[in-house]
Amino acid sequence: MSPPIRFEMRRRTFLVGSASAIVAANIPWRANAQPTSLVGPDNSTVTLVVNGEARGLAIDNRTTLLDALREHLHLTGTKKGCDHGQCGACTVSVNGERINSCLSLAVMHEGDEVTTIEGLGTPQQLDPMQQAFVDHDGFQCGYCTPGQICSAKAVLQEIRDNVPSHVTRDLTATIEASDEEIRERMSGNICRCGAYANILEAIHQASGAQV
Amino acid sequence: MDFNQPADQNLFDRATVVGKPHARVDGVLKVTGKAPYAYERHDVVAGQLYGYPVGAAIAKGRITGIDASAARSAPGVRGVVTTLEIEPLGIWDYNVARLFGGDVVEHYQQAIAVVVAESFEQARAAAALLEVSYDRDKVDVDLEAGWERVRGTGEPSTLVGDVDAAFQSAAVTLDEIYHTPSHTHAMMEPHASIVDWSDGDQMTVWTSSQMIEWNRQALATNFGIDPDRIRVESPFIGGGFGGKLWLRADAVLAAIGSRAVGAPVKMALPRPFMINNTTHRSATIQRIRLAADADGKLTAIDHEAASHTLPGGRGENATAQTPFFYAAANRRVIHHLVEMHLPEASDMRAPGETSGLMALEIAMDEMAEKLGMDPVEFRIRNDTQVNPSDPAIPFSERHYVECLREGANRFGWSDRNTTPGGRREGMWLIGHGVAGAYRGHLNLKSGARATLSNGRLVIETDMTDIGTGSYTILTQTAAETMGLPMGRVEVRLGNSAWPVSSGSGGQFGASSSTAGVYAACVALREKIGERLGLQNPEFRDGNVIGNGEVTPLSEIAGEFSAEDSMNFGEFQSKDYLMATFGAHFVEVGVHVATGETRVRRMLAVCDAGRILNPITARSQVIGGMVMGTGGALSEELAVDLEHGFFANHDLASYEVAVHADIPHQEVIFLDTLDNVATPLKSKGVGELGLCGVAAAIANAAYNATGIRVRQYPLTLDRMIDQLPEV
Amino acid sequence: MRAFSFERASEPAQAAARAAEVPGAKFIAGGTNLLDLMKLEIETPVHLIDVSATGLDRISSTAGGGLRIGAMVTNTDLAADATVRRDYGVLTRALMAGASGQLRNKATTAGNLLQRTRCPYFYDTAMPCNKRVPGAGCAALGKGAFSRQLGIIGTSDTCIATHPSDMAVALRVLDAEVETTTPSGASRTIPLDEFYRLPGDTPEIETALMPGEIITAVTLPPPIGGRQSYHKVRDRASYAFALVSVALIEREDGTGRVALGGVAPEPWRRPQAEAALPDGANAVMSRLLDGATPTEENAFKITLAERTLAAMLAEG
Repeated sequence: MSPPIRFEMRRRTFLVGSASAIVAANIPWRANAQPTSLVGPDNSTVTLVVNGEARGLAIDNRTTLLDALREHLHLTGTKKGCDHGQCGACTVSVNGERINSCLSLAVMHEGDEVTTIEGLGTPQQLDPMQQAFVDHDGFQCGYCTPGQICSAKAVLQEIRDNVPSHVTRDLTATIEASDEEIRERMSGNICRCGAYANILEAIHQASGAQV
Repeated sequence: MDFNQPADQNLFDRATVVGKPHARVDGVLKVTGKAPYAYERHDVVAGQLYGYPVGAAIAKGRITGIDASAARSAPGVRGVVTTLEIEPLGIWDYNVARLFGGDVVEHYQQAIAVVVAESFEQARAAAALLEVSYDRDKVDVDLEAGWERVRGTGEPSTLVGDVDAAFQSAAVTLDEIYHTPSHTHAMMEPHASIVDWSDGDQMTVWTSSQMIEWNRQALATNFGIDPDRIRVESPFIGGGFGGKLWLRADAVLAAIGSRAVGAPVKMALPRPFMINNTTHRSATIQRIRLAADADGKLTAIDHEAASHTLPGGRGENATAQTPFFYAAANRRVIHHLVEMHLPEASDMRAPGETSGLMALEIAMDEMAEKLGMDPVEFRIRNDTQVNPSDPAIPFSERHYVECLREGANRFGWSDRNTTPGGRREGMWLIGHGVAGAYRGHLNLKSGARATLSNGRLVIETDMTDIGTGSYTILTQTAAETMGLPMGRVEVRLGNSAWPVSSGSGGQFGASSSTAGVYAACVALREKIGERLGLQNPEFRDGNVIGNGEVTPLSEIAGEFSAEDSMNFGEFQSKDYLMATFGAHFVEVGVHVATGETRVRRMLAVCDAGRILNPITARSQVIGGMVMGTGGALSEELAVDLEHGFFANHDLASYEVAVHADIPHQEVIFLDTLDNVATPLKSKGVGELGLCGVAAAIANAAYNATGIRVRQYPLTLDRMIDQLPEV
Repeated sequence: MRAFSFERASEPAQAAARAAEVPGAKFIAGGTNLLDLMKLEIETPVHLIDVSATGLDRISSTAGGGLRIGAMVTNTDLAADATVRRDYGVLTRALMAGASGQLRNKATTAGNLLQRTRCPYFYDTAMPCNKRVPGAGCAALGKGAFSRQLGIIGTSDTCIATHPSDMAVALRVLDAEVETTTPSGASRTIPLDEFYRLPGDTPEIETALMPGEIITAVTLPPPIGGRQSYHKVRDRASYAFALVSVALIEREDGTGRVALGGVAPEPWRRPQAEAALPDGANAVMSRLLDGATPTEENAFKITLAERTLAAMLAEG
C-alpha cells in the first residue's frame, strides 16, 4: 500500500448570501472601462483572394474572416456553429492550411488565399471529397459538412506532408492514412448528427482517389 | 385519407423505390454549401439588420432597472427593446418560461433585451453596454435534495398487481439508484431566424424549426395576432434533436426588433448563451427495484424517478418505457416533477426513454448477474408480446427477441469474457455489454399537396428535414405512388404556405409524413383517373395505364393538383401498442490506470417497421449511437447549485463525442413490416438508435472492470479509486 | 467585442514600444484565444498590434547546441519540426495533444504560453471572478460551484484556475527559457520556471512580463535524451482540455523529469519531487502534490496524476 499524498480540502463559501432577496448590482462583471478614444480608425480595407478571386472589403476591424465571408461576401457555405473555435464548422483553407475562420480577423488576411467550400466544387462538378461525402452519406443535417470537407482535404494533405498527430506512434516514420490517424485529425470538426463513421469511409474513398 | 384499420397488401409491398438505398436528394446542396440555412437568407428580403440578445444574469428574481442609454447611442444601433418595455408575451402550449416581456426572471440567460444594429459587430458590442439591476431570489436547484423530498410520495401512473408481495416472495431482488445528468441538444446550427415584421401587419419568419405549424401558432400566441398573418419558412435545419420543436427567443427577439425599427432583423443565438437560454433534457434520479423467480422470470418492476422542471413543465419522464418493455405481473411506476429554476427542461431526442433506459438497462444487467444468467437470455426470458400493464392490448409488431438473438450472433457475444475485469490487453481492460432499446411510436396527422405538370411532380408540405432524410424518403414515396422516376419528383418542405404535416419530432416524422404524401398522391391519382375517365388506373414507369391504354404522364395536358392528409385512426392506440425495438452490443476498453473509457466496437439491431431508405435510416441510427456514446462517457450539464445555472455552457466544456471517440459501427435492420402503423408499414428509427446505447456502454465498462457505476457520465473519477493497482 | 484600432508591426522592438505607449493595447498573433475572449468582453483591448509578421517564425539552432523557437512559430510547425520530433519528442507529443488541427495551424508558441484559463467562471461575465475583475470574488469557490476541471495545487483563496496549455508542460520539463524584448528595446531571458506567477492575492497577474514586453522566442537547452512521453487524460478522446496531463523524461538510470498539466495555475514541476522518480510514481506525487488543496469535485486528480505517471513508468 502506497503512502497517501497529503492534501486538505479547500474551504468553500456561499457567495450570493443567505438573504432571500438581495440586490445584485454591477452584473455583468466585466473588466474596467477602457479609454474610449481609439488611436486610429476602427475600420480597415483589406483584399482577400477568395476562391481565386481578389475581393476588396471595407470592414469593421472586429469582423472575423468567417463573418467577412458570410455577411460581406455572402459566401454562406462556411458555417458559424459556435463562433469560438469549439466546433470546426467554420473551417476554411488559408494559404493551403485549414483554420477556424471564426477566430481570425479578416483584417489580418491581407492578400491571403482563402478557399471555401464554394471554391472546391459546384453541384455540377463536385470535388472528389464532396462526391465521397454524398456517396457515403457523410452528413445528415449538413451544417457541419462544409467544415468537415474542408478539414478532410487538409487532413489528407497533412498526412502526405508527414505532419504528426496525437496518435502517431513513431514520430520519425512515414505516416499512413489509417482509421486512427484520420479520426484523430478530424476531431476538431464536431458532427452532432453523428456521421463520423460515414465521414471516415468518405475520406478513405477520396484518399484512394488522390484528392 | 383515413387510416382506420391495419394496411392490407399494397403497392409498397411491391416497392421498387421505397425501401431502396437512394442517396440523399439534397446531398449535393449540402456538400457544396448551397443549402440555405436560416441566418443565411440574404436573398429573401432586402435591408436586413442584425439583432443580438441580452440574457438575465441571475436565475430567479426581478429586474429592477435596465439602463440602455449607452447601447442606444452606440455606433450603428437602430433600436434597443428591453423586457421592461414590453408587456409579458403570451406563452404557447408547450413553452414553459416566458420568452420575453415583463420584469420577472425565471431562469439564467432568459432573454431580457434585444439590440438591433447595422452590423453584427455593432449589435454585439452594444448589447454588452446594457446595465441591469436585479432583485435576486435565492434558488434551490438541487435535484438530489428534491428527490429526498418526493421519493415514496404520490400516486403511481401505473400500478398493477401487488408489488410489495412480489418482492417479499421473490427469489432474487435488486434495489438500486441511478443518476443521469442534464443534456443539451448542441445541434451544430444555433437557433436562428430572420424576421420581417416591418409593417406590423404581415410577419414573415425564416427560421430553423422542426415544427412549422407549432412555430406559427406559438408566434401568434406570443404576439396575440392571427396566425394567418404569419408565414414561416424553414427549408434546411442544421440539427434539432428536439431543441427546435418549440419557438425560441431568436424568432421572438428578431420579431420584436423588426417591429421596433421597421426593418427585417436577423438573429442567431450566440453559442455560450444558447445552453442556458434554450431548453435541455432534465437530469433524473431513478430508483429501480426488480424481483424475479429463480428461473429469471421477472415478477415485479418498481420504477420511481424524478426530474426537474420550471413550474408547469414536463421534465424528463424516465419511466416512459417501464410500463411496456418487459413482462412482470406486478408493477409500480411513478415519475415526480421537482420544480426548480434551472433553464427550461423540455424534450430532447427520445425524451423519457433515453434517460430511463440508461438506468433500466443497467438494472437488467445487474439482475442477470444476480441470477447467474446471460444478460441476453435474461431479456429474452422476459419478453412480452402484449402490453404487460394491460394484457388485452397486443403490440402491433414486436421483434425484440430477434434483435437480441441476431445481435448476439453477429457480435460474437458468446465469445466474450464473462468474468468482470477478467480480460486485459496491455494497459486496457476489455469488456462487452448489451442493452435493449425501446421507443414508443406514434403518428401525427400529416398533409401534403401533389401537383403534376408536364410529367413532373411537385410535392409541397410544411414537413421539415432536420437531417433525417425527409426530402429523400418523401421523394421516394411520391415516386413510388405516382410511378415516376425520382428525378421527376421535386419535394418542397418547410413552408407554412403549404399543407400542415406532422413535422419532425418524437420519431413520428418519417412514417407520418410519408403517409401524408401517399395520401396526397392517391388523391392526385384519382383526379388524373377522373380526367382520363379511368377506373383504378395503374401508375407505372411514368405512365398511367387503364382501359388497355398507356398514357405517359408527361403527355397529359394541364396541371393537376391535389391535397390530402393522412388521418390516423384511434384503433392504433385503442387496439394496439405501437413501439420500436432494438438491441445494442458494445465493446469498450477501460484504461487500467486512468479509467478512461473508449468504445471499440458498436452494433445495433433495429426493429422499426419497413425501413424506407436504408442509407438515411442507418445514418439516423449511427447518429443515435454517437449521441449515446457522448451520453455514456462525457456529456453532462454541470449545475452550479448556488447560482442556479449550467456552468459549462459552451462546446468546449460540454463534451459531445468527437471523431476520435467513435469506432466502427454496424447497424442491422430487421425490416419487419408493421401494418398497424401506416400504409407504408413503417415506424420511426431516429430516436431508437439512441435508446439503450449508454447502458450498453456502461454494462461493457462493468464487464471490463468489475466496477459498477450507476451515475452518468461514466467519467474516470467515478471508478478510479476502485481500479486495480498499476 | 469592443471597437479597436489596428496596426501591423514589422519588428518586435517597435511592437513593444507601441504597446507600452498606447493604453489598452494588446498584441495579436494567431488570435485563437484572444478573439474568443474579446467576443465575450473578457479581454477588452482598444488597440491591437498584429505581431504575426515580425520575422519571429523560424526555428534555428542555438550556439550552445539547443534550439531557438521563434515566438510566432505555429503549434503545427513546431510539432512537425524534424529536430523537435527527434530530440524533444515530449514537445511534439504535448503540442499534438492540444486543441485541434485547425487551431494548431494558427496558434503560436508565444500565444500558447500566454493563453488564459478555461475556468468556466472566468468565461462567464455574469459571475464574479478575481482574475477578470480583481476583488470581485471567485464564483468557482462558491458552495455548489462546478470545479471538476479546476486546480488542486498552487491555487489560492482568490483563484483556483489552471493554466490550460499542454505545450508549456513539455517546455517546463525541457527547461525552456523565454526570450523577450522590452519596450525600451532591451532583451531579457526568463526561465520558464520563473515565467508564471501563482495567483496569491493577485490572480489577474499571470506572468513575469512587464507591460508592453513581447516574447520573441523560446529557447531549449541541448537535447537531454531519455525516453520522452506525454500522457493527457481527458473525458473525450480528443479536442478537450486535460483533466491531468503528465510530461515525463526518463533516463536509463531511472532518473528523469516530471511536470503536470491540468492541476495548477502553471505547468507544475518541483525538482525535489522528480528526484524520487527511481522510487516510483507514489514517491514522486507525494512530493509533487504535497499540500494540495483540491475541492471535493477535483480531489480525484491527485489519484489520477499518480496512476497516470505509474502507467507511464510501467510502459517504459
